[in-house]
Amino acid sequence: MVDVRLRAVGKRFGDTVVLDGVDAHFDDGAFVVLVGSSGCGKSTLLRCIAGLEEVTAGTIEFGGHDVTHAAPRDRDVAMVFQSYALYPHMTVRDNLAFGLALRKTPREVVDARVQEVARMLSIEHLLDRHPRALSGGQRQRVAMGRAIVRRPAVFMFDEPLSNLDPGLRNQVRVEIRRLHDELGATSIYVTHDQVEAMTLADRLVVLDRGRVQQIGAPLEVYRRPANRFVAGFLGSPAMNFLRGHIARDGDALAVALGEGVQVPLAGAQVAALAPGREVELGIRPQDVVRDDDGPLALQVELVETLGSHVHVHGRIGAASFVAAFEGHQGPARGEVLRLRVTLPHVFDPASGVALR
Amino acid sequence: MNPMRRRRAIESALVHVALVIGVAFALYPVAWVAALAFSGTPAPEPQVMPWPQQPTTAHFEEVVGATATIGDDSVWLFGRQLANSLVVALATATVGVLIAIPAAYALARFDFLGKRSGVGVLLATQMFPAVASAIPLYLVLEALGLLNTRTGLVLCYASTAVPFAIFQLRAAFEAIPVDLEEAAMVDGATRVGAFVRVVLPIARPAIAVTALFAFMSAYNEFILAATLLDDSRMFTLPVMLQHYVGEYDAKWEAFAAGALVVSLPVMALFYVAQRHLVAGLASGGVKG
Ligand SMILES: Nc1ncnc2c1ncn2[C@@H]1O[C@H](COP(=O)(O)OP(=O)(O)O)[C@@H](O)[C@H]1O
Ligand SMILES: [Mg+2]
Repeated sequence: MVDVRLRAVGKRFGDTVVLDGVDAHFDDGAFVVLVGSSGCGKSTLLRCIAGLEEVTAGTIEFGGHDVTHAAPRDRDVAMVFQSYALYPHMTVRDNLAFGLALRKTPREVVDARVQEVARMLSIEHLLDRHPRALSGGQRQRVAMGRAIVRRPAVFMFDEPLSNLDPGLRNQVRVEIRRLHDELGATSIYVTHDQVEAMTLADRLVVLDRGRVQQIGAPLEVYRRPANRFVAGFLGSPAMNFLRGHIARDGDALAVALGEGVQVPLAGAQVAALAPGREVELGIRPQDVVRDDDGPLALQVELVETLGSHVHVHGRIGAASFVAAFEGHQGPARGEVLRLRVTLPHVFDPASGVALR
Repeated sequence: MNPMRRRRAIESALVHVALVIGVAFALYPVAWVAALAFSGTPAPEPQVMPWPQQPTTAHFEEVVGATATIGDDSVWLFGRQLANSLVVALATATVGVLIAIPAAYALARFDFLGKRSGVGVLLATQMFPAVASAIPLYLVLEALGLLNTRTGLVLCYASTAVPFAIFQLRAAFEAIPVDLEEAAMVDGATRVGAFVRVVLPIARPAIAVTALFAFMSAYNEFILAATLLDDSRMFTLPVMLQHYVGEYDAKWEAFAAGALVVSLPVMALFYVAQRHLVAGLASGGVKG
């Protein structure tokens, strides 16, 4: 069991910089999720940690040992590939036993562990089949089994659920987290799906264009996004952004949006903000409540009913805006809703950094 | 019979008629050769139906029993020539595939300096007919003292078999997802281990087809063999066959009998390799 430390990890392919100065520390036994949009370098970072790609800058340590230049087989990691990568010429049993056999594990131990893992994942009846005779969900389980059976120090997952049907995806997601808790090894999990990221992670690493944007517990990252990218990436529907400037509102501060509209800010946010400063106001769709005295006027254009929620799409002034409410009773099209903001976020319009 | 079933039956009958015609068309010349091989009368008049005249197996006995007297020894010429052919073809297939496998893998998986131009040169060698290189090869083998040897012949054959084998195997390796090797390496294999335990077994049908192809082309090759060999004890079977239809005296019946005998090992090989062949030709190898 090891902790994982990345120091200024960089990766280039020719002139293309894919990872740039990635610093992170993952505690022993943590469930770490690397999340970001497609092409941001998540898989590359995972592959660097696994040793499948050589980093071009920085160092990687496992349990205090420098493994930057160690071969994958010397890192004691196991990986579940997006494609599952089951060996097509071997039975499920041999797929599971492959890594153990390579490490010269005694025959009885291999058999016992394969049985144990097969029972754990309910794939005992598939042991003598070849991968081509399995369904997608069964292949996925075998791929997980192949990782678990080795009892590695670090588990790696590269979008392991993306080839499953949505229903199965939720089920396996829960199971992955349960297996992690049971096995206790460090897990590093790559996904572009924010639901997977939020629900699985102890620790969330948000990547964009090869740089770490924020690292933290999922709720902390959700509630206190470090910058505009993180704020817009996490949460569904995405956060609304409105341009304005800081104004005085009696003793407190507010963001003035023009036409006399002012959104008050909470007291804690006062420090860094000088009146008159240009800012971007971020408001999650869930962070508004209907209030006849509220400062915002939302002109309703479209209402989506999801059963437990309604999403109200419309405009505030010229800017488009989405609000989400619990329940199933939405406003009518053309109606004007007065809204109060419960949790405003403020960003620097140039750098996107959150201002607090 | 309902109309659907009737249509199916008619369709199936038509398909079979077409197939039978196709097979007859392909086999007609072979039947003719067979008729000739079993005919007792010399040079029968051309006839539509290939039936042997005065059936006999004398020509087979002549071809298979051929001997030569060298000094005091009498050698079973046909036996030696058959062995020559098999040894040369087998060695060509083995050498060709052994050289082509690492080259093809490197081309499929790695980027290196000179890759493009190397592939270009390989491709260029494929554009010249083997005859064009007969004279230069003769001179090279003469300089090496390898004229009239099986080794010399194998060298020539392998050098022509390798480029094609490389292209075939490269395609086969490219069809194998890199993920599989990476999974093996994470599981504890070295790069070489991943190749041996995962890539090679998956590519086995393709390797079998490639080897079979090299075997066949060496086994059937005539022009180079005729140029590079002039001792009848070193002849391969195609050269032996040609000697039955000399300039002045053509023993067509013996030639036909020889042609049938020479085809037997190839037919046997195809029969044995059938399963691999179908798998190898039908797919790039991996699905799921
Ligand atoms: N072997 C490679 N050669 C060149 N560019 C690569 C290679 N692998 C990945 N990239 C590039 O690196 C970027 C990040 O890729 P990847 O890590 O796969 O993204 P993600 O998994 O986040 O979708 C992409 O722009 C991709 O084109
Ligand atoms: Mg990826």
